[in-house]
Amino acid sequence: MMLPSADALAALVPDGALVALPPDNSLPSVAIAKALIRRGARDLRLLGVPVSGFATDILIGAGCVAEVETSAVSLGEAGFAPRFSAALRDGRIIVRDATCPAIHSMLQASEKGIPFMALRGIIGSDILANRPDWKVIPNPFAEEGMDPIVLLPAKQPDFAVFHAALADSEGNVWLGRRRECATIAHASKAALVTVERVVEGNFLDDERMASGVISATYITATAIAKRGARPAALLDEYGFDAAYVADYARAAKTEDGFRAWLDREVFATAQKVAAE
Amino acid sequence: MSDIALEERLAATLARLILDPAAPPARHIAVGAASPIPAAACWLVKLLGHPVKLSLLHKRSGNPFTEGTRELFDLTGQGRIDLFFLGGGQIDGQANLNLVGTGEWPGTGVRFPGSFGSAFMYFMTPRTILFREEHSPRVLVEKVDNISAPGVSPPGVFRRGTAQALVTGKCVFAFHPDRARFSLSSLHPGETVDSVRAATGFDFDAEGEIGATPDPTAAELALLRGQVRAEMVETYPEFCGRVWGRAA
Repeated sequence: MMLPSADALAALVPDGALVALPPDNSLPSVAIAKALIRRGARDLRLLGVPVSGFATDILIGAGCVAEVETSAVSLGEAGFAPRFSAALRDGRIIVRDATCPAIHSMLQASEKGIPFMALRGIIGSDILANRPDWKVIPNPFAEEGMDPIVLLPAKQPDFAVFHAALADSEGNVWLGRRRECATIAHASKAALVTVERVVEGNFLDDERMASGVISATYITATAIAKRGARPAALLDEYGFDAAYVADYARAAKTEDGFRAWLDREVFATAQKVAAE
Repeated sequence: MSDIALEERLAATLARLILDPAAPPARHIAVGAASPIPAAACWLVKLLGHPVKLSLLHKRSGNPFTEGTRELFDLTGQGRIDLFFLGGGQIDGQANLNLVGTGEWPGTGVRFPGSFGSAFMYFMTPRTILFREEHSPRVLVEKVDNISAPGVSPPGVFRRGTAQALVTGKCVFAFHPDRARFSLSSLHPGETVDSVRAATGFDFDAEGEIGATPDPTAAELALLRGQVRAEMVETYPEFCGRVWGRAA
């Protein structure tokens, strides 16, 4: 289903939904994050796959988020995520800390339709101590019945939200090797994807394209959003806009600074587009 | 030769630890997010002509993975990554790492970004080099407030390796998993055993005469300022600009 805008995609996400987002190095749809803010989304539960970045920080700052499950929240070279840190300090969000391969594994369990996956490591970490939903059992295949190992429950997000370079006439999307977006799409009940452009044809007929495709089977709706990952990079099409993120990090140190940034970068740009 | 920047000294020091013949071989090294000095050390090892495969997680062009970010953890789970670098907002005397934050869980004092893959990588790589430039009692603590990844594990818990060493802006420590303690290996210029003790929140061993951390060689410096910088500038523009200037 092709929709007219990122705002139309954001309208499909109800308050309280569990939304899986890739981080800044892996094709976030910042366009949908901004549209969720404009729609006034509330009580979203965000899943960082496997960590969280710019899109998560602006959604938290705008009051759209009740919970974050992630392995880290960071703005990269621009430092700590200011609105995430402030919301945690003020007790406005619940944070469920994980570790990167655990998030991948929980999504892979959903991909396979099985109740859990096992993962090495983690034992002795306070991450485990604070995750009552994660369990440790003796490896049932170990000779002596010893060898404790962590079990992680399947995690099925309501929505996968990310940005891709291209969509085709059949509703397939192409994003090259960033296959964590495929994992999110496969594991989620629905996937909402912004793209730079739509091209005629079917990517699955082209062997060179097919391995970088997420099949339309998994894609609920797409919309064109030019530079929809910005300030994050898009493959080899455009780079990370470090100056934009550094400017955001400075502005978002304070609530007032963040509000002014939102007015300028999220609300005013939409009015400008609507007026054109 | 112009003055040696601390970042250059640290990169060369890490490179020597990577090449330590007493440690398990480093055939395939992965470098995570926000780690420009470890990345520089790895490039230095490679450009010095040592046969090592580097997987730089945040390199956009030429990123080694085609199955998404989980591929690093799958490779590591199999034992195919030999060495990884970790740091921490707090590191304690038993090499426990806290990347979550101070105060009560999940960091009600100062919140750090989070644990990333540390709770897995620290167990599953045959060795880890700990790196934290800030050497102060608030970072190097007696006991971390929260454990992202434990320094040692009880018998019976599957674990391939532990910390090999901890490199800071003041010194190099070796880690001894048998007694879960650090010992002082070498001192950077201007430091003494006493100055390091004063800046360190945990107790550590310091036996005999502690030597100086060697300067980078002229060849190492030339590589760092030339080819290493060129390899790193796309991923770490801010770092390269600060250490080596904006334009070559």
